[in-house]
Amino acid sequence: MQESPDQHAYGYLTRPEVRFLDAALARLIPADELGPGAKEADVTYFIDQQLVSAWGTHGRNYRMGPWPEGTPQQGFQSRLTPQEIYRAGIRETNIHCGKQYGKVFEFLAPAQQDEVLRSLENGTIELESLSSKLFFGLLWRNTEEGFFADPIYGGNRDKVGWKLIGFPGVASGAYAEYVEKHNVPYHAEPVSILDIQQQQVKVDAQGYPKHIMLNQPKQGSRDGGH
Amino acid sequence: MAATKLKPVDAVVVGTGVAGSILCMELANAGLKVVGLERGRMLDPQHDFAMPYVHDELKYDRHSDIVQNLSRETITFRNTPNETALPMRELGSFKPGECVGGAAAHWGCHAKRFLPWDFEMRSQTIARYGKNQLPQDCTSQDWGITYDELEPYYDQFEQIYGVGGKAGNLNGEIQPGGNPFEGARSREFPNPPTERTFLGSLFAQAAESFGYQPYQNASAAMTRPYTNLYRLMLGQCLHGGFCSSHGCANGAKASPLTAVLPALLKHQNFELRPLANVIRINLDSDQKRAVSVTYVNARGDEIEQPADLIILASYTFNNTRLMLLSGIGKPYDPVRNEGVVGRNYSYQTGGKVTLFFKDKEFNPFIGGGMIGTSIDEFNGDHFDHAGLGFIGGAYLAAQDFGLLPIHAKLMPPGAPHWGSGWKQAAAQHYRRSFSISCHGSCQSYRTHYLDLDPTYRDANGLPLIRMTYDWHENERKMSAYLTEKAAQIGKVIGPSKMGVSPTPAKYDIVPYQSTHNVGGVVMGPDPATSAVNKYLQSWDVPNVFVVGGSAFPQNPANSPTETIGTLACWAADSIKDLYLKRPGAMV
Repeated sequence: MQESPDQHAYGYLTRPEVRFLDAALARLIPADELGPGAKEADVTYFIDQQLVSAWGTHGRNYRMGPWPEGTPQQGFQSRLTPQEIYRAGIRETNIHCGKQYGKVFEFLAPAQQDEVLRSLENGTIELESLSSKLFFGLLWRNTEEGFFADPIYGGNRDKVGWKLIGFPGVASGAYAEYVEKHNVPYHAEPVSILDIQQQQVKVDAQGYPKHIMLNQPKQGSRDGGH
Repeated sequence: MAATKLKPVDAVVVGTGVAGSILCMELANAGLKVVGLERGRMLDPQHDFAMPYVHDELKYDRHSDIVQNLSRETITFRNTPNETALPMRELGSFKPGECVGGAAAHWGCHAKRFLPWDFEMRSQTIARYGKNQLPQDCTSQDWGITYDELEPYYDQFEQIYGVGGKAGNLNGEIQPGGNPFEGARSREFPNPPTERTFLGSLFAQAAESFGYQPYQNASAAMTRPYTNLYRLMLGQCLHGGFCSSHGCANGAKASPLTAVLPALLKHQNFELRPLANVIRINLDSDQKRAVSVTYVNARGDEIEQPADLIILASYTFNNTRLMLLSGIGKPYDPVRNEGVVGRNYSYQTGGKVTLFFKDKEFNPFIGGGMIGTSIDEFNGDHFDHAGLGFIGGAYLAAQDFGLLPIHAKLMPPGAPHWGSGWKQAAAQHYRRSFSISCHGSCQSYRTHYLDLDPTYRDANGLPLIRMTYDWHENERKMSAYLTEKAAQIGKVIGPSKMGVSPTPAKYDIVPYQSTHNVGGVVMGPDPATSAVNKYLQSWDVPNVFVVGGSAFPQNPANSPTETIGTLACWAADSIKDLYLKRPGAMV
């Protein structure tokens, strides 16, 4: 398989890890008739940037031991950092795929990939270093974050996550007019912090962007991606 | 290394959140030289909460540096006393603050008074239903103070925080449009109520069909430009969302940062010291008088600040922890049911109902500033509890929170967790759903408490506070009853799908619920069951006062912030009018 040139300078992930995540993200939030998915939204790059940030090494989390497993109600108790969870989780999931299907995750058929992801989610795959539930939980959490966070963090490319659900991003200063308008949908071209930084959007004196209103789709119809 | 000892001051206030900032201001106004110590850094809303950077869900939901940095200090948690408590390694269930302004820098602005009943719930429950109505292990108790005593201080707080609302009870006369169940007010709110939104009007119409009396939430996000009691100007809320968990970009959210500190920082009697992490109150040799506090400054040096008066006004956990670390008051022992410090830790619960529509859109990103509509028929003891098997209640509310896409979008029951089906559900429902929440009370129980953890320590080598807490059958029954009432209202509104989520079987520290942790240094009339008296004064060391959510003997349904500020106003007046004239035990 021909490797496409890198779109991004990855700070933590290796190329095989990027390929694993691209493949997993394409199943978690697929591209379909509603619009682009998590892979197209650059969520892999978002995850890489999160792993490079203080969060990737538990910068603001409590890190002292001992580390008994605890109950589900007691929350995260692994001694691994998010960086280490991704590194071990990807490697060990690929080992599982190799045993089960004779191929690493990225080369499995979509239905097989879904089966692997479901088994990670349910905790039925035994990984060596960590619970598969923990790995999947972090992967899905970051996927959702990367799809809907401000593009300033590297994901949600072209604001596709916001367009999908009809979220206008950074608030305009004119919302108050709509507070008492009942069942009058507010549809605007989403504005990101990145747009304002890059001066793509006009802002008012208080720094709130001026939204460009979109034609309102028919009452009750789904908000299309584009 | 010996601590550097500074010159004495009249008063030291530990913490500059809702309670601490007001206490500093009022005591400085009374002529005392006051030092405010804050473990976190200074916040300047103009720069820290600037547009567009403050409209960043990822940062303020997960990574914000205005909430507690757990790498230095956290709590440990277990559901029951026979489990081993483990550290809360990442933030989840609640978000204590860690900067000047405290948790109120990112509060949601719901500024409700407690009910008169809340302050006397134990004696009133026994009077109406008999003692058997209370669960056997319930340690909820009267506050030792009444609503009528606190009313002038509620009023004072509302004038500082510019609370908007419509009175439902003015001097005992019920007013149309307000909450008819509230305690009597001496005057109208300083600002008008929020407007009624689309979902608020749907909720109100459905509630009225049952004979309930809906009213607009009281909000401390300005409903018009406002100049407060300290002559500070606050801007009008634009309802741009990004509210709870976030700072406010246009100064509309009343908080210590906007409603107190700009005046306090100019006060000649006041000095603020950020990055000063208090680790201990030092007592004299016979343990009857506090002489100073010791804090660690930004350079890591230990500094001793002597003072005549020492006021703990930090978060619930830290107030309790500093009392335990300083040896003030007898630590609570759940086995013998003795001692007071750490006793009656409580939280908030109630459940919610989610409604999904095909043909209605709610612009869920427009909101914040606690714009919303509530009913009080199921709050406190406003309904007959005979035969229900629980005590307590909730207000039921439909609110425009300003729902953000990562964590606040609602998904219907049975929606796929990921994949194309998830994507379809997210696209369909984000703009066409809302929830009716049951914001409910939590009683206190013998095995729910705070103490010092035997294993885990903070960055200074001191033991962490340990929380032992779980949902009690009383609250689960209450929640099941209330979510059913909310579901009845929801059905009348006519959604295409509805989800009902009562309080789960076990308390789980992972999902965010509320920053409404209370108790541990509770107030009361009896030193055997309270750590501070009705003036928030330590029973054991009379020149120490402990003010905050830590003083609540249990948690009423209404949000805690307004009562925390009100207790600060009350304690400040009590110190000025009584204590300073005759220092010593006030009761």
